[in-house]
Parts: sequence; C-alpha cells; structure tokens
Amino acid sequence: MDCKEAQELLPAHVDRELGVRESVEIDKHLLSCFACQAEYAKQQAAQAAVKRRATYYAAPGHLGSRIRLALPSDVASPPAPRTWNWYNVGAALLSVVAITVSIGLYRTLPTAGDRLADEIVAEHVRSLMLNHATDVLSSDRHTVKPWFAGKLDFSPPVYDLATAGFPLVGGRLDYLEHRPVAALVYRFHQHLINLFVAPAPGGKAVPAQSLSRQGYHLVSWSHAGMVYWAVSDVEPAELDRFREILLARTKLP
Amino acid sequence: MTDETKTRRFEAMVLPHLDAAYNLARWLTRNDRDAEDVVQEAFLRAFKFFGGFRGENGRAWLLGIVRNTCYSWLRQNRKQDLNTPFDEEAHSLELQRQSQPDNNPESILARDDDLRFLNQALEKLPLEFREVIVLRDLEDLSYKEIAEVSAIPLGTVMSRLSRGRRLLLACVGQMKQESCDGL
Repeated sequence: MDCKEAQELLPAHVDRELGVRESVEIDKHLLSCFACQAEYAKQQAAQAAVKRRATYYAAPGHLGSRIRLALPSDVASPPAPRTWNWYNVGAALLSVVAITVSIGLYRTLPTAGDRLADEIVAEHVRSLMLNHATDVLSSDRHTVKPWFAGKLDFSPPVYDLATAGFPLVGGRLDYLEHRPVAALVYRFHQHLINLFVAPAPGGKAVPAQSLSRQGYHLVSWSHAGMVYWAVSDVEPAELDRFREILLARTKLP
Repeated sequence: MTDETKTRRFEAMVLPHLDAAYNLARWLTRNDRDAEDVVQEAFLRAFKFFGGFRGENGRAWLLGIVRNTCYSWLRQNRKQDLNTPFDEEAHSLELQRQSQPDNNPESILARDDDLRFLNQALEKLPLEFREVIVLRDLEDLSYKEIAEVSAIPLGTVMSRLSRGRRLLLACVGQMKQESCDGL
C-alpha cells in the first residue's frame, strides 16, 4: 500500500470502518511511514475531540409538544372515534352506552371546552406514553418554580403536597390552546397527576368543572387569576381531594 | 392505515429521534430558533412521507429528511452558507503553518482548556464538512448511513471526513494563535 492509498483510507481506519485485510495493510504501512503516522494522529485527535467534547444539542422540551400539536389528525380530529381502538374496551363500551342513551349529545359539535378537555387528556396520555412527564425532576418546589422563570410569561404557584399523599415529582413545559403552559406532575400511589396551570383568559374566573374522558378524570378550577386543570386516572373522589388540598394551600398567605 | 394509527406509529417510531434531528439541524443552521423551525418542518414532511417508509432505520430516514429540509431552508434564507468556497491551497498552507512542533493541532486539542475553541471551529467549517462530521462523530452514523443521509457516494463520505477533520484542526490552531496574539 502506498501513501496515497493509505491517506485515502485513513479516516475509515480511525472510524474502524475498514475490513480486516485493509486494516492489516494500512497498519503495516503506518509502521514504516512517518508522514502517514502524523496524518493518522491528526485524524484521530479531531475525531476524539468532536466525539467527546463538541456540544450535542438536545431538543428543547417544548419542541416535542409543538410538533405533536402540529401533526394532522391528532388534536384537531373529532375526539370520540380516535380513542376506541386503543383505550380499554370498558371505555369503548361506556361510549356505546352513552351513544344509545343520548344520540343528540354526539350530534352536537364539540365545544371549545370539549376540545380543551380532549387536548388535556391527550397531553396527559402522551406525557406517560413518551416517558416524558418531566423536564425538571424535583420534589423541591424551590427548584421547580424557578425552572419556569424565563420559559413562561407567568409564574405558576408550585407546592409539594407530600404530607397529604400527593408528592410533587417535577414539571415541564406544555402547550394547550396554542400557548405554553406549566405542567406540574404529582404522584398518588402508582398514579401520576398532571396539573396544567395558565393565566385565566382575560383574568376572569371560570366555573369549576369535573368530567371524565376515556377513563381519565379531569377537574378544573380557577383561583387568583390562574386556571388549573388536573387530570389523572385516579378515582374522581381522590382527584377532588387533590383539588381541595391544593386550593386550600394556594389560599394560605 | 387510518390517520390515527399512522399518527400513533409515527409517534412511536420517529418522534424518539427528536434529539438527533435537533442536534443536526442546530449544527447546520447554527441557531436555536431556526433549528426548531426546520425540525418542525422536517417532522411534518416526514409525516407526509411516512406511508412510504418501510421501517428499517427510522433515525437515518428522519435525519435524511432533516438534512434536506435544512438545505432548502438555507437556500431560501442564507444562500451564502451553501457557497462557502473551500480553498484547498490556503487550507494546506494553513496546515503546514500549524505543523510547527511547538504549535501542532493534536497537542492543542489534547489540552482540555483549549477545547473551548472546538465548537466555534466546527461551526466555522463549510457546510458539507460540518454535516459529515456531525453525522459521524456526534450522531454515530456508519459511513453507509451517512452516504444515504447526505446522498453522496461512500468515497465522498471518506474524503469529506478526512478533509473536514484536517480543516477543523487547522481552524482550532488558528483560533488559538489569534487569541494568544491578542493577549
């Protein structure tokens, strides 16, 4: 093997992309050629430096949500049909019962509130499916709260409710109704609760709500200019208790 | 495939490569915001073509789309990035200069505190060299995958990596020199 051939193959040798025969030949050449040895050292130095030290830019947390929202037939699609084939059969059966009981209900177009509820449930399910419940993992509210600073144009109230059985797991940025919101994650036994927080539209209080979707329960309320939506697969009574405790905590001075 | 199973398959097979997509777009556009836009655009394109994807290598497939989206974005917004001339002669002169024993590139890169120049130098590389180096050394793609992603022959992958790496070392050496001269 001559220098020209060797130099052509050197990067592949550094990257271990050559076959055995070529590797042996190039090694033989390197033993007797200082110029190629120097070139080999350069290639290796550059490769190792980039591999070990160049920045690997991870995608920012909100980009995944942004893309999922932009995918067609997802959040924008009508809510009922898309859930049947993958949520449990029980939920499907319930829907069938609901249809027979009240066909009129399904004829009406989904309201803005319905769409929001679907969006919230979808975000909850995705955060579990994609194993991406939290961007900041901490039970310390003094870690979680400042993490949102600079990422949102409001500061969500953050409390750890471990003493009441709902420890804080962490938080992440999410998107609801095309705006960034804070998502706080709490645990209750083996269940996760997603709590979405955003400023109330126009600063006005919205009536408290409680509803169920696809086996998930949702409660929403507002307090001090913020709207809260809690969503989880825990029992509705437990979710109500979660709301009561959090509401009581936010009302403390 | 219904829209809904398509979305779900897409979320399971393609979305997990979001970081890889962003890293490539970030290095090619050299800007956070542009990278986000390009990546979103690339995912929407990928979703459109997802029906034709046979599911062997989702990562390389997606990176190919990200790469092409980056190039069309650059063509529209930053033409000058695509036409950085590669001056072979200046490059080899630079390499000769850097090969002086007291200032050779390998020993420069061996010192930890001098690695601050590395990101800057990689950003300065002409696009086609930056692209193969990022795909190989940061995304860990094989030469064959790089050939597919960048739509170039295997031999070109090799020569671009080789020249790109030499240029990178020269660039780091030069930056170091300049920062010393400035002191």
